[in-house]
Amino acid sequence: MEEQSYIDLYKTHAETIKSKSSDILNAFRDEAFADFEKNGLPSPTSERYRYSDLKKSYGINYGLNINRLPIQINPSDIFRCDVPGIKSHLFYVVNDSFFLDKNAENLPKGVIICGLNEAAEKYPELVRKYYAKQAQKHNDPNVSFNMTFAQDGFFMYVPKNTEIAEPIQLINIMSGNADIMANSHNLIILEENAKAKLLVCDHSLKDFNFLSNRITEVFVGENATYEHYKLESTGEKHTNICNLLIEQQKSSNVLTNIITLHNGLTRNNIDICLMGEYAETKLCGMAIGNGCQKIDNATNIDHAVPNCTSNELFKYILDEKSKGTFFGRVLVRKDAQKTASFQTNKNMCLSADATMYTKPQLEIYADDVKCSHGATTGQLDENALFYLRSRGISEREAQLLLLQAFTADITENITVGALKDRVKMLVESRLRNEQPKCTACAICK
Amino acid sequence: MPENIIEDFTKGEYKYGFTSDIETDIIPTGLNEDVVRLISAKKEEPEWLLNFRLKAFEHWKKLEPPTWAHLDIPEIDFQKISYFAAPKKKVKSMDEVDPELIKTFNKLGIPLEEQMALSGMAVDAVMDSVSVKTTFKENLMEKGIIFCSFSEAVKHHPDLVQKYLGSVVPYADNYYAALNSAVFSDGSFVYIPKGVRCPMELSTYFRINAENTGQFERTLIVADEEAYVSYLEGCTAPQRDENQLHAAIVEIIVHDNAEVKYSTVQNWYPGDKNGNGGIYNFVTKRGICHENAKLSWTQVETGSAITWKYPSCILKGDNSSAEFYSVAVTNNYQQADTGTKMIHLGKNTRSHIVSKGISAGKSQNSYRGLVKVAKNAENSRNYSQCDSLLLGDKCGAHTFPYMDINNKSSVVEHEATTSKISEEQIFYCNQRGISTEDAIGLIVNGYAKEVINKLPMEFAVEAQKLLQVSLEGSVG
Repeated sequence: MEEQSYIDLYKTHAETIKSKSSDILNAFRDEAFADFEKNGLPSPTSERYRYSDLKKSYGINYGLNINRLPIQINPSDIFRCDVPGIKSHLFYVVNDSFFLDKNAENLPKGVIICGLNEAAEKYPELVRKYYAKQAQKHNDPNVSFNMTFAQDGFFMYVPKNTEIAEPIQLINIMSGNADIMANSHNLIILEENAKAKLLVCDHSLKDFNFLSNRITEVFVGENATYEHYKLESTGEKHTNICNLLIEQQKSSNVLTNIITLHNGLTRNNIDICLMGEYAETKLCGMAIGNGCQKIDNATNIDHAVPNCTSNELFKYILDEKSKGTFFGRVLVRKDAQKTASFQTNKNMCLSADATMYTKPQLEIYADDVKCSHGATTGQLDENALFYLRSRGISEREAQLLLLQAFTADITENITVGALKDRVKMLVESRLRNEQPKCTACAICK
Repeated sequence: MPENIIEDFTKGEYKYGFTSDIETDIIPTGLNEDVVRLISAKKEEPEWLLNFRLKAFEHWKKLEPPTWAHLDIPEIDFQKISYFAAPKKKVKSMDEVDPELIKTFNKLGIPLEEQMALSGMAVDAVMDSVSVKTTFKENLMEKGIIFCSFSEAVKHHPDLVQKYLGSVVPYADNYYAALNSAVFSDGSFVYIPKGVRCPMELSTYFRINAENTGQFERTLIVADEEAYVSYLEGCTAPQRDENQLHAAIVEIIVHDNAEVKYSTVQNWYPGDKNGNGGIYNFVTKRGICHENAKLSWTQVETGSAITWKYPSCILKGDNSSAEFYSVAVTNNYQQADTGTKMIHLGKNTRSHIVSKGISAGKSQNSYRGLVKVAKNAENSRNYSQCDSLLLGDKCGAHTFPYMDINNKSSVVEHEATTSKISEEQIFYCNQRGISTEDAIGLIVNGYAKEVINKLPMEFAVEAQKLLQVSLEGSVG
């Protein structure tokens, strides 16, 4: 649909959209729509989206489920988590509707996990305090678009001094019998000293054109520890836009790991704001592309206060006609002295048609800092290949070994043992160009 | 380290601020088609050049000033600028040169005669817009080298100028390039014929002299096959309160197996301590390398209130190579957004970028660079390094590198660091009886050495001096 169609859509159906959503979400809707009307869809003529043409993706005539018609599938019947032995608490968002899994019990006392609308109804104070606090400030066309149309999402609250030992797993599934668009808004709150791990898996079940635009707002309180894994394995017709916004308070510790195994067009906007001193953040990610896949990671780390540390590492392996984009910005504000910030981006182009755009960027307004960034794009080391070949390892196997080693910097950061093994296995089968298969769920059967 | 030392160290004032009274021929302010025609007529230009200017002017009218740079540019009223100023007296020999002008050069510490005698350099001194004096021309003529002002080149070598003008920087390239193409006043023209190695360093001193006069220099350097030339450009400008615009274009064509080395020391008036006045320096510099050719840019940027400058290389021919070495110093309220573009088109092309930024006071210093590797540029190689040094806690240092890689056999690397002078380094010097001021001077000079070393001898000395003046107080 054209830009104007979305504008008309909202104008005609604003009442319906609002009636099926909570007042807390609705409070921001008109403002977001005004922004969207003013700035339009993300355009490649803007610096932020210069390498990703999302206009084409938005241009498809999608169906939007603004009437919140119930989806006639039970996700846990058709989709089983394919990480053996992970023992996670499992939740689903199908298109843009939240589903509670029946196994999701035994959560520590005080922890709330439910749909965002449900949360807004039951705990309005809590939701009102946090909802859109970051997204509102975020000047991005995708965010405005999402805030205009999103009606539901995933909500997680971990109270003070509470630890959830097992990872929480959120599975985003796109499914339907037509071209579908889904906008959802996730809200994750960790209070002081809380500890949690969230694994987000993005999948698309059928071969239709899908567009998912998701906002995930994360608030990490003092001394809290949070790990966020995003594992994407979607179809080639899927446009996946993920806006991950994280705000960290004093002495908090966050690990973010963004792994794109298979996709169509992916845009990850990752925005981390270090708001309290001595906060530490580690942001890493990798992408494997072939065919005509496009992977675009835009990251922004904002050092607003002194004495914080950030560490960023992104790796890309690009084959065939795939296109990778990395845009990494580190901002050190005026008073953020004693900041230590390191950013690395390493890329591998395996074919003559693969393209890599990288733009690591430092903006520094304080003087007592240690900041560095590095970016490389190249090929496998000939000497290392020769070493392996001379020991009787075939060229193909030697390449695979080296590529696996290349990705190890990212996979080794995963602290959940079962997940780490699984991801390594998935990476290997992906590099061997096999579709990762499991026997548990409907897609593979 | 005590606060006041950094302050003392960074508050050095511009030493070359003075105005010399030379009668200039200024046309009224404003820009329209008639002004373009008038400039062309005053310079007695042929029809084709006038058409070139008019086309550029037509295009310029359609453009908007670029806003993407990390700069805060006050709105420029292009109708308030006078687009042509020429010294009234025409001179034929050294004796006829206005004594005022010679004095000006003397104050700068670069007496024309001394320079000719001592360094054996040919100096094409540009006072405002028209070349006043060209030396050593005969000497160069013997070898077939053409080194003259741009307007002379238009008169005597129209075929060469017509062939190469706008071939690297087309008039539609960007806002300031279009403006320059429409109203450019004068500049230098260099042609080195096939197989000739230019025996001396060619040098030009630019100097802004008349109030409210934008300088629109146009430099064209052509090195024919297997030729070599080292070209130096340096500038200092008198103190002014009103902002002055400088929008130059430098085009360099390096033919097969040739080599060009282009060095600049830029010291336009940066404005006073409170950020008043200063030159706006919006320059387009670009070179094209044919097969096996080499182009090397070296720049020391200490002046200008605002710098917007990206000397670039198009590596068109196979096996060609390019280098970019830069030191950019900003102090007080100066702003600089500078860097380079390396466009790899040919096979086995190589490029090397070293950029050193130093920010002090309340200045903002940005590196912005592009390394583009086209699909057919197999086995091309780039290495970029950009470091920033921060003196004081109110300044900023930024890096905006772009890397677009379109094939599998190229290797591109980029590294950047930002830091302040470490307390340990200063302590180490203090311990050995070196005062903190001297230590900072020592460290800054050492930091920039890698680039200063790439400058020709004569320039290296001046550059080092400028570095100290810019950051000054009492650097040893």
